[in-house]
Amino acid sequence: MNIFEPENKKLVESEQDFVVNVGPQHPSTHGVLHLKIKLEGETIKAVQPHLGYIHRSIEKMSEAGSYRQFSYLTSRMDYLSSHMNNQACALAVEKAIQVEVPERAKVIRILMAELTRLASHQLWWGAMGLDLGAITPFFIGFRDREEILEIFEDTCGTRLTMNYVVPGGVMVDLHPDFQKKVVAFLGRFKKRIKEYDDLVTGNIIFEQRTKGVGVISAEDAISYGCSGPVARASGVSCDIRKLHPYDGYEKLEFKECIETEGDCFARYKVRMEEMKESVKIIEQLIDNIPEGDFQAKTKNVLKPPKGEWFTRVETARGELGVYLISDGTMKPYRVKFRSPNFSHVSALEHMSKGGKIGDLVAIMATLDLVIPDVDR
Amino acid sequence: MGLTDNFPGTVKQWPGGSLLVSSVDKVVNWSRSNSLWPLVFGTSCCAIEMMSAASAKHDWSRFGFEVARATPRQADLIICAGTIVYKMAPVLKRLYDQMPDPKYVIAMGACTISGGPFFYNSYSVVRGIDHIVPVDVYIPGCPPRPEALLHALIELQRKIKTQTVVRPVRPEAF
Repeated sequence: MNIFEPENKKLVESEQDFVVNVGPQHPSTHGVLHLKIKLEGETIKAVQPHLGYIHRSIEKMSEAGSYRQFSYLTSRMDYLSSHMNNQACALAVEKAIQVEVPERAKVIRILMAELTRLASHQLWWGAMGLDLGAITPFFIGFRDREEILEIFEDTCGTRLTMNYVVPGGVMVDLHPDFQKKVVAFLGRFKKRIKEYDDLVTGNIIFEQRTKGVGVISAEDAISYGCSGPVARASGVSCDIRKLHPYDGYEKLEFKECIETEGDCFARYKVRMEEMKESVKIIEQLIDNIPEGDFQAKTKNVLKPPKGEWFTRVETARGELGVYLISDGTMKPYRVKFRSPNFSHVSALEHMSKGGKIGDLVAIMATLDLVIPDVDR
Repeated sequence: MGLTDNFPGTVKQWPGGSLLVSSVDKVVNWSRSNSLWPLVFGTSCCAIEMMSAASAKHDWSRFGFEVARATPRQADLIICAGTIVYKMAPVLKRLYDQMPDPKYVIAMGACTISGGPFFYNSYSVVRGIDHIVPVDVYIPGCPPRPEALLHALIELQRKIKTQTVVRPVRPEAF
């Protein structure tokens, strides 16, 4: 069973070339990414990502489901920001059938999206610590994340793959305890984020492993299609919540976190700032959730007219685009997802070339890859 | 054979004589079931719930599972957390083959039981990992809660405690 043989030959040019396979089963690839790394000593000469180890044909399956059904699969795509994936699909369908979402539903969506972003960044912080050799951040990150998951569970019934957003609003109304629990959580979390900074940000070992490692310039970030915290760490302004606001983000006050160094430490700082901004957004909304319907009245069977629509949202990892083509029937003709992680994997070689193989783990940790989002 | 009737053990025929098997079983099963080392093998969403089970709130090290190994040669147990597609299937089989006996498999989540949400209309998902490796415990859910994973691990411990050391742990089906 030598399934790796043919590609290896392409990477190897001379007798001295040394190729290392990382993955598909490797703890620091956060899933089943397979990297072929050509080394000279410890220096990386080339990185070849091999995809498809978790390709579940979500795009093709979307053509078999109805307009209400296909978004449920997308929770399994980028499962750490499953709420935003559902939101992107719902926005595309709403644009197609031209339905106005009630104010209450919009506010609930933003609250849930920002809580998801917090949970995702907490997990990233913990897993990054684990990758760089510190196990304490993992436990601290998960301790705080569990509190958010409890809030989700009260309202949505699930911890991870929520499927809460539907075309026209949200599926059910908020749990009566939602407001109380979120306020209590924010009070605790604002103290704990200082603990995050104390533990990792100023740590000299951490700084030496991340500063000046995996640098990508603003031009390269744009040409590789990077988005989200990765591009913002290189100084590219690309927050979809600011540039193309959706669901009422234009009414909120928050800062787009931008750093200019473009290295691993800058990406770390951007995500830490984003957590603080998410807290601010939730605080603006939590005390004034408008009354009213949580779902607009839509037909049972959605039939958009013929046409094409594109919507995009800012997930915890970057820009997720949904491109929807309808041929006038009750099923989508084609659904294409533009996922942020796919572009980040393609930029991996550019970031790690010329560096040491030990730094590859730091680069992958700060890219925050979710492999099912790459393969779909 | 009047002596061995009341004795807590059995006499087994062995090349060159016979072997007395008594409370060795209990000692071996106790040590095997309380130090199950899982392989770090997560492909998708269920892996996050597996990490939750390992972390502060649920803390699977209370029951002896905390030594997660990155290499199959040191692992006793694969918790197959996440969808297995056709490209990943040979890799899973190879990992299973590389593990030393006795080895156990937990199928975590709907995808590993039957393909789950990807059962219909998907061209790339394996409809259940029991097509590839033998499974000891199945956990339903998409994804299952960490409590469900803990329950499955305790069920697996219970299963291990019923084994005897002389019987082959697993029929040589592969």
